[in-house]
Amino acid sequence: MKYAFSFLAVLALVLIAWLGSQIPGMQYLFGVAIPYLAIMIFLGGFVYRVVQWAKSPVPFSIPTTCGQGKSLDFIKQDKLDCPTKTSEVVARMFLEIFAFRSLFRNTKSELHEGPKITHESSRWLWIAALLFHYSFLVIAIRHMRLFLNPVPEWLQFLDFLDSGAMLQIGSPLLYASSLGLLGGVAFLFGRRLVNRNVRYISLANDYFPLFLIFAIAVTGMLMRYILRTDIDIISIKELLVGLVTLSPVINVKIGSIFYIHVFLVSALLVYFPFSKLMHAGGVFMSPTRNMANDSREKRHINPWNDPTIKPHSYAGYEDDFREFMVEAGLPVEKELPPKKDEE
Amino acid sequence: MYNKGTIIPGLIIFIAFVTFPVWFNGLTTAGDLPKPELPPGGEKECVMPADYMRANHMQLLNEWRDNVLRDGNREILEIGGKKYPKGLQMACMQCHSVKEKFCDSCHTYAAVTPYCWDCHLTPKDAKSKEATH
Repeated sequence: MKYAFSFLAVLALVLIAWLGSQIPGMQYLFGVAIPYLAIMIFLGGFVYRVVQWAKSPVPFSIPTTCGQGKSLDFIKQDKLDCPTKTSEVVARMFLEIFAFRSLFRNTKSELHEGPKITHESSRWLWIAALLFHYSFLVIAIRHMRLFLNPVPEWLQFLDFLDSGAMLQIGSPLLYASSLGLLGGVAFLFGRRLVNRNVRYISLANDYFPLFLIFAIAVTGMLMRYILRTDIDIISIKELLVGLVTLSPVINVKIGSIFYIHVFLVSALLVYFPFSKLMHAGGVFMSPTRNMANDSREKRHINPWNDPTIKPHSYAGYEDDFREFMVEAGLPVEKELPPKKDEE
Repeated sequence: MYNKGTIIPGLIIFIAFVTFPVWFNGLTTAGDLPKPELPPGGEKECVMPADYMRANHMQLLNEWRDNVLRDGNREILEIGGKKYPKGLQMACMQCHSVKEKFCDSCHTYAAVTPYCWDCHLTPKDAKSKEATH
């Protein structure tokens, strides 16, 4: 029922925007005020979260080591999976962020009769995640044609590639990234329903963003292909360019589907910094990925350490307690000095 | 705050990336709005109302293309006593005769490159072709 709750929440958002945008005068609320508020909460919240993380000390050197560490010269180091230098860490982070390498290593464990446990490589999650994230990126970038005037060449070229990949289907042309996003979301959602291990640990805040992104994709596609009444791209672009040049105007009637789409995107922007979607910022901040495994070369100082507490070596400890240790019969490295009065 | 040297530039890059359209447009210059030229011949009626045409002309043209080229249906539409054969050059461009001043004005603004002109000739192109043959 966790997914039903999330689904109803998204449905409620759609209804709010649909009914709200039909009240005369409310177009400015849904088309101007809410988007401005949303982008400000998004940016402010994102910076706030990153700063909060940056304020948290990392007490230990905790990079995950997934390969052979640096050792003797004739043992080959796995430089990507057990980096010791900053350049190697950068390479590891780059592949993590752009190719999701840790998802590539995803495995599936199953219990068979015996009982016997098997582990096998499972890359579907990795493929669907790549499809989903890159489609989303392309969609976000190609929406820039509605915000920029004049539209730069490279953006038109991206649009050309995205629609060209689908061999000119329909009018307006169908985009490959739209299908990629829908396919990706469908897989990521289906996985939470079908795979019982994942379903067990899925919460409403896992389903909600999936429904929300699905609803954004569907409303966007409906607006482009089906519900075109009062969807005049020129007046929509006039509003959007107005938003980014801080002089928004709504001159004509724009179809409700546009306001629903914009309201859902605003909801996503507001939700983003305070949810699991912050993995976008978190991937840069995770110490298990962004630290070098060089704890044998450089001492990692815990920032929590009280500078007035000096290191206390074993030799010093023995110096403090030697008499009591000898008395208790504990072995000591350095014997007690011979007593003078016995001489 | 730890690692200020990397986190602050990182955040600045992030904010610059998200607000890209703001500074790309130069903060307050919205640029010119397109002004499609009305038919030079002074015609007032189209096959559909202007609102519909503004939003849906691409779908109508696509439908006509499928009717004519794929189904062989060359039925001539009669709207308001005027006959319109299904065709970009035969119907639309009879009134909206200058592609550069009509079609292109909005298409450039919205960065749309319809592939009509992969096959069709604009009246201007057609004339120059005639001249060379």
